[in-house]
Amino acid sequence: MNKKPRSLARIIIPVVLTLVTIALIVWPMLAGGQYVVLDPKGPIGASQRDLIVISTILCAVIIVPVLILSAVIVWRYRDKPDNKAAYEPNWSHSTKAEVIWWTVPIIIIGILAIVTVRYTYDLEPSKPLASEKAPVTIQVSSLDWKWLFMYPEQGIATVNTLNIPADRPVKFELTADSPMNSFWIPQLGGQIYTMSGMAMTLYLQADHEGQYWGSGANFTGEHFGKMRFDVNATSDEEFENWVREVKQNSQELTQEGYDALTQPGTSNVAYYSAFPEGLFQNIVTKYVVDGNGAHSKHGSSSEAAGANQATQESNQDEDKSAN
Amino acid sequence: MLEGLKEFASEFFVTGDPLIYGAMVAIGITTIAIVAVLTYFKKWGWLWRNWLTTVDHKKIGIMYIIASIIMLFRGGVDALMMRLQLAMPNMDFLHPEHYNQVFTTHGTIMILFMAMPFMFGLFNVIVPLQIGARDVAFPFLNALSFWLFFLGAMLFNLSFVIGGSPDAGWLSYPPLSELSHSPGVGQNFYIWGIQISGIGSLATGINFMVTIIKMRAPGMRWMKLPMFTWSVFSTCIIILFAFPILTVTLALLFLDRFAGAHFFTLDLGGNPMMYINLIWMWGHPEVYIVVLPAFGVFSEIVSTFSRKKLFGYKSMVFAMLIISFLSFFTWAHHFFTMGSGADVNAFFAVTTMLIAIPTGVKIFNWLFTMYRGRIRMATPMMWTLAFIPCFIVGGMTGVLLSVAPADFQFHNSYFLIAHFHQVLIGGVVFGYFAGLYYWWPKMFGFQLEEKLGKWAFWTWNIGFYVCFMPQYAVGLMGMTRRLSTYGWDTGWWELNFVSTIGAFLMGVGFLFQVAQIADGIRKYKSLKASGDPWDARTLEWSIPSPAPEYNFAVTPRGDDIDEWWEEKERRAKGIYPPEQKLEPIHMPKNSGIPFVMSVFWFIAGFGFVFGWLWMAILGLAGVGICMIARSFSYDTDYYIPVDEIKRTEASLRGSV
Ligand code: HEM
Ligand SMILES: [Cu+2]
Ligand SMILES: [Cu+2]
Repeated sequence: MNKKPRSLARIIIPVVLTLVTIALIVWPMLAGGQYVVLDPKGPIGASQRDLIVISTILCAVIIVPVLILSAVIVWRYRDKPDNKAAYEPNWSHSTKAEVIWWTVPIIIIGILAIVTVRYTYDLEPSKPLASEKAPVTIQVSSLDWKWLFMYPEQGIATVNTLNIPADRPVKFELTADSPMNSFWIPQLGGQIYTMSGMAMTLYLQADHEGQYWGSGANFTGEHFGKMRFDVNATSDEEFENWVREVKQNSQELTQEGYDALTQPGTSNVAYYSAFPEGLFQNIVTKYVVDGNGAHSKHGSSSEAAGANQATQESNQDEDKSAN
Repeated sequence: MLEGLKEFASEFFVTGDPLIYGAMVAIGITTIAIVAVLTYFKKWGWLWRNWLTTVDHKKIGIMYIIASIIMLFRGGVDALMMRLQLAMPNMDFLHPEHYNQVFTTHGTIMILFMAMPFMFGLFNVIVPLQIGARDVAFPFLNALSFWLFFLGAMLFNLSFVIGGSPDAGWLSYPPLSELSHSPGVGQNFYIWGIQISGIGSLATGINFMVTIIKMRAPGMRWMKLPMFTWSVFSTCIIILFAFPILTVTLALLFLDRFAGAHFFTLDLGGNPMMYINLIWMWGHPEVYIVVLPAFGVFSEIVSTFSRKKLFGYKSMVFAMLIISFLSFFTWAHHFFTMGSGADVNAFFAVTTMLIAIPTGVKIFNWLFTMYRGRIRMATPMMWTLAFIPCFIVGGMTGVLLSVAPADFQFHNSYFLIAHFHQVLIGGVVFGYFAGLYYWWPKMFGFQLEEKLGKWAFWTWNIGFYVCFMPQYAVGLMGMTRRLSTYGWDTGWWELNFVSTIGAFLMGVGFLFQVAQIADGIRKYKSLKASGDPWDARTLEWSIPSPAPEYNFAVTPRGDDIDEWWEEKERRAKGIYPPEQKLEPIHMPKNSGIPFVMSVFWFIAGFGFVFGWLWMAILGLAGVGICMIARSFSYDTDYYIPVDEIKRTEASLRGSV
């Protein structure tokens, strides 16, 4: 009997700690809704959130009963002298039971697989978003350790800050002039790798005006943690104003300026009124010797392939001029 | 001259960080202390004869496990340093560069130098005993494997005081790991540390595969094999196919760095993505390599401590074989976001999910082994019981990650970190702990007291949830992995702070385990274990604890899955096996060659690390000479005479 207090403590401690943990997890949610992945502000993020919820529920359907079952079994068949539950030391096979627990997971995983495959095609990152409005193109390049954003249609560029019009698809074209990074704006949708030698395409859209943030998600060395940037989604009008302002009030990004940016180091936010013609393609093909960039062909879509084709053509041009 | 020497020293030794000076002093003092103690007690000969040259699989197993626990400590200290750095925003405890080294060494050490050797330790100690064999198929190779692992691990560990540690992550993606971005020697340490120990791992895989195929006791047909042995066999299949990929990949990376090749650099036609594919073709199966034996351990323990036959034996075997097969078809789930297109992503998403099916089946079988059993809560069983919910939840988050489009949001975030630690700690580490507690008496001949073990169990487990559950949440808040600092504006600090508390609780759990073992060693005489302290079921429990060097005085039979349990039942009914005549036992002789040869590998590796070709060549020449020496040694075995067997058995059994 004098063992009682100890076993009580054993129950209390885990329960208290679990409650504290749960409280801490729930608290920020109440405090400010910072679960960015679960609080999407655009169609891609929203579909991904839905998919997360669907798959969680599907999994929960099977694991919650199993968790309860385990607790019940352990409790019921524990070795206590007064335990009256059945004991059958040689019972080790039941075809019926095994058929059940092979089939149940097969069914659940089957459903999940169908859902996943459907969404995989729907959410293929290079697939244009349905919208009446034409997409804005933004060319993204990850450098050590900063982001360069170029707006080819507007002719401006920024570093470590991104302005986009809300409610209009944005077509990101991405590459890297640094080790592979990953471009991620959690509230708008999932990430995509930026790799030197190839151009990737990612369509995102912000449904609402507002400020979100993005970051580099794939480790690239010393100051990779500094690669966070703000994303300002504004009305079309404000976006135009902003572009005009950048055009008027900032310097030009020259090739030398770009070369300086590629030097390892962090950077403050910067705005440029212009950038060298074809800079993005040049970054993509920078390390590629003969235009057959080693992995330029495996890109995910016709869009990406188009970008690659463009790079190959520009490369051939260069070859010609070299001759 | 002096200036030159000074400059060399400042590049050779890592300087500038008080933590590292502290470590250097600690290493120096420990080394001196060990040397002094060995010399004072005149133990050098003992060490050489009994340990450094041994080919006894049980001793090799014990050395593996000791090395692994030391590495768990090292990797654990790394983990705590990282958690300290992340406990509050803008912490200034580790600089980003140092932090990068710490997570890289942590990951590498935990997987390759903690989990792998712990697993090999259990293979070594148990498999021959379970199948009724006297040793493994190639005892000499077995010793060589151990020393290759050990010296490879030491080479890797050296990097943090000499030359600098690698800092490109535990899988070292190029171009970050290429000369252009990692000009220091850290990456070379990574390559050679893993390469040298990797050869050992491949050899162990082959060795145990052959052992299980060829050396089973008479009557032990495939479908009578104990479940742990089955798990080892499926693991060996994976090792056989996966480790050569690693060897080649690292060799190519080294050629890039050392010889200016361009396999993985973009310029001159190389392709970094090739590396990423290759490394994960090894890396994904690797996680099944370490987890399958843990499944085997759980199967043994569940059945022993429920006093019941393992439920659904055939399903269990089938599930494991499917897992080993499927594990080779999922690697691309580590880079769904690389833009391979919907076809590829859909394929790999589905193959990944499929693995959940056989895994789920195994969980059901364990549950139904307990169903209608009698569950005893000894420490091995407690770890097994803790594993079940932990792995169910970790497995579920794994399935969530495999949903490709959703992984676009989870990838590289703390959600992923939480997931893989849940399966690696909840599955692998808990499994090996369970195995260690379970087979401890068989290895050392005494029983650990359970009181401290239970404290360890609870602090580890509570610590685990406190540490990793918040990480799922902070991942959904957008925190990415490998981040060395974050700002107050992120709203991440509360969860990180809690997580750090949990990490330290696990550290306390580890200390309880050390205390438990120390306590056991102190009192081992009074804790003497019988041959079968748990009333268990398989052949290893039919011989005395610790097992004599020849394992079985007479070759046992293996006609039943739970042969020893059946035998006990027969004996209870008064049916005794016919007395068998003892015969002299054929045994392999000890040899110093594996140790010496591995030291030469170490020297060669060290030479390659610093690009000192003379040293590398010297080392390789030494390796060659050792091989020749071995091929000319004919006197490699001996017989234990019957008298001696009788004496040993009498003294061991006398006390039972
Ligand atoms: C014992 C408690 C442990 C704690 C507190 C812990 C903590 C951590 C932390 C903080 C990170 C860094 C995450 C980041 O880079 O942002 C990490 C990474 C990692 N851990 Fe652990 N860990 C533990 C045990 C383990 C074990 C047992 C294993 C493997 C068997 C393991 C394998 C890894 C790997 C592979 C990485 C990734 C390293 C990389 O990013 O290159 N950890 N761990
Ligand atoms: Cu690519
Ligand atoms: Cu994987």
